[in-house]
Amino acid sequence: MAIYNAYCDRVPVYIVIGNNLDATKRDAAYGEWPHSVQDAAAMVRDYVKWDDTPISLQHFAESAVRAYKVAMTPPMAPVLLVADSELQENPISADDALHIPKLTLASPPQGDSGSVAEAARMLVQAQNPLIVVDRYARTQAGIDLLVELAETLQAPVIDQAGRMNFPTRHPLNQSSRRNAVVASADVIMGLEATDFWSALNTMHDQVRRTSRPIMKSDAKLISITTGDLYTKANYQDFYRYTGVDLAMAADAEATLPSLIEETKRQITVDRKRAFEDRGAKLAAAHDRALEQARTDASYAWDASPVSTARVCAELWAQIKDEDWSLVSLLRHFSWWPLRLWPFDKHYQYIGVQGGGGVGYNAPASVGAALANKKHGRFSVSIQDDGDLMFAPTVLWTAAHHRIPLLSVMHNNRAYHEELMHVQRMANRHSRGIDRAHIGTTFEDPTMDFAKLAQSMGVYAEGPITDPNELAPALRRAIAVVKRGEPALVDVVTQPR
Amino acid sequence: MKSFRGCRFDAGAALAIALFFISLHVRSAIAAQESKPADAPAGNAENGKRIFTKNGCYECHGREGQGSNMTGPRIAPDPVPLDVLTRYVRKPTGEMPPYTDKVVSDQELADIYAFLQSRPHPPAAKNNPLLK
Repeated sequence: MAIYNAYCDRVPVYIVIGNNLDATKRDAAYGEWPHSVQDAAAMVRDYVKWDDTPISLQHFAESAVRAYKVAMTPPMAPVLLVADSELQENPISADDALHIPKLTLASPPQGDSGSVAEAARMLVQAQNPLIVVDRYARTQAGIDLLVELAETLQAPVIDQAGRMNFPTRHPLNQSSRRNAVVASADVIMGLEATDFWSALNTMHDQVRRTSRPIMKSDAKLISITTGDLYTKANYQDFYRYTGVDLAMAADAEATLPSLIEETKRQITVDRKRAFEDRGAKLAAAHDRALEQARTDASYAWDASPVSTARVCAELWAQIKDEDWSLVSLLRHFSWWPLRLWPFDKHYQYIGVQGGGGVGYNAPASVGAALANKKHGRFSVSIQDDGDLMFAPTVLWTAAHHRIPLLSVMHNNRAYHEELMHVQRMANRHSRGIDRAHIGTTFEDPTMDFAKLAQSMGVYAEGPITDPNELAPALRRAIAVVKRGEPALVDVVTQPR
Repeated sequence: MKSFRGCRFDAGAALAIALFFISLHVRSAIAAQESKPADAPAGNAENGKRIFTKNGCYECHGREGQGSNMTGPRIAPDPVPLDVLTRYVRKPTGEMPPYTDKVVSDQELADIYAFLQSRPHPPAAKNNPLLK
C-alpha cells in the first residue's frame, strides 16, 4: 500500500528488493530459502513507473541509473529493481569491465510555445479567470511561480491541497469560495488538477446520485498536467473525465515560467486596470472568508470531547513561533489548519494521500519528520486514532531513531469515515443504525493512546477530554520534541 | 465500499450547504414569527441529546451541532424552525441521508430540536485571543 500511495502521489521512490531465482542454489543449510518468485516485480508492476530484473552486474549498473532517471522525470513515481542473490553475492571477475553510466536527469516536459501563448491570451482576455491547483508544486519555486502568475493576472486560486501549492493567507487564495469563483469564471485553468471535474461540478450522494455543473456552460477550460502522460489501466488513479478546450501534456511547474512571461507580454494598460479592480474585490472576499472560518471555529469551543477547531487553535498558539511543518493529513480534521493557519512554505504541509487507505498517516508523518530533522524543523502531526492502529510500531521507530515529532491524537474513537458510510447506507434502507457501530467504533473499552506510545518509549500524555488542559499538555510535549524526541498528546475529540 | 469523495480541500461546497441552511433559517424564522405551528410537539432536551447521539446525528454535525465543512453544517444553537427541520430530515436535498419516521419519530425530532436550542452560544470569535 505504501508503494501504491507513492504512485498515486507521484512521489519518486527507489526500491531494491532481493530474490533467489536459481532453484539449485536454495539450500536451507546456507539460509537460502525456497520463498522465491519468477517475476518478483509483478505484484507491484501496476503501480510502479518502471521495474527491471538485471541478470549481470553491468546490466544492474545501467538499470540502476536508468531507474533513477525514470523515477525523477515528471510525472515522478516509484521504480523497482530486483537484485538476485547470485548477483549480489558472487565475486566480481577481474576480467569484468564494469562501469556506471553517466546520469543526466531529463528536463521536465513543458507546454509548447503555441499552446502557452494561447493559454496566456485566454487568461489575459478573460473577465474572470480562475486557477485550480492540486498536485502542482514540487518545490518552493513552484509556489513562488504560482503566486507570480496569480498576482500578474489578479486571478483567484482554488487550492485543492494535493500539495502545498499556494499561501493560505494570500488574498487571491479563494479555496473557501469555490462555488462563487467557479460560477463566475469564464476561463478556468487546471494545474495538475487531479480531480478537475469535482472542482467544477457538485455531486449529491443520495440514493440516486445526481450532479450539476457549477461553472458557466460557455466557460473555457485549460489543462496543464503530466497526468495526460501517465495513465494506467488496471490499478486506476483518475477521476471523472473533464473535456477541456486547451490541453498541455506537460509539467505545470516547469511550464509556468514561460506562461508568466507570455502573460506579462500580452497585458495591456486597460487590462491591468481591470485586473487591479478584480484583485481588490477578491482580497476583500478572502478576508471575509477568514473571518467566517474564525467564527465557525468558535462554536463548541468549550465542548468535551474537544472540538477539532479548538485543538487546531490551541496547537497553533504553541507552535507559531517555530519553523513548523505539518506532516499529516487534514481531511478528517475539517481542514482547520488550512483555514486558520498561515501556510506559505513548501515544507509546511505534506498534502493529501493519493491512495486513500487507512494506515497512511502515522508512517508518513514519521517519514516526513525524519526528512525535516536535518533542517531543524518542528514536525507536528494530527494523528487519527484508527489510522495509528494499522502500524503503531512507527512510534517505536520514532523513539528508536530519535525522530522529533509531535503527534496530537484526533481520537474520535471510531473509524469515523466508515461509521458515517454505514449509517448512510442504513438510512437509505430505513433500517435504523443500531448496528452501525459494529466494527466501526472504539468503545467498550476505549483505547489509551498515551499508554500505547509510552510502551514504545514515546513521551505521552492523555487522554485529554477538557479543552483547558490542552495547552499545558502541548507545552510539555513540545519541550520533549525540541530535545529531539517524539511525543504524543492524546486528545479525545469531536468527530470532525 | 466507502466513498472517498471530498478527499480534496473543498470548504466551499460545505459552505454552500451552510449558506443554504442560513438562508433557510432567515426565511423560516420570519415565517415562524408570523405563524408558529400550534401542533408542534414540545421537546425534551435531555432525551434529544440521547437520540442525537443514538441516531448518529453527531457523526456529521458534531456532538454540539457545531457542524463541519466536511460532513454537515452547523445546526446549533440556532436551528431552523422545527417544521422546516422535520421536512428536511424526512426528505433531504443535500448530502444528508433521509430519516423516515420509522427511524426517528416526530416527537424524537422535537426532543432533538430542544437539545439543539439548549446548546450554548460561543463567545464572539473577535474576542477570542486564540482565533486572531
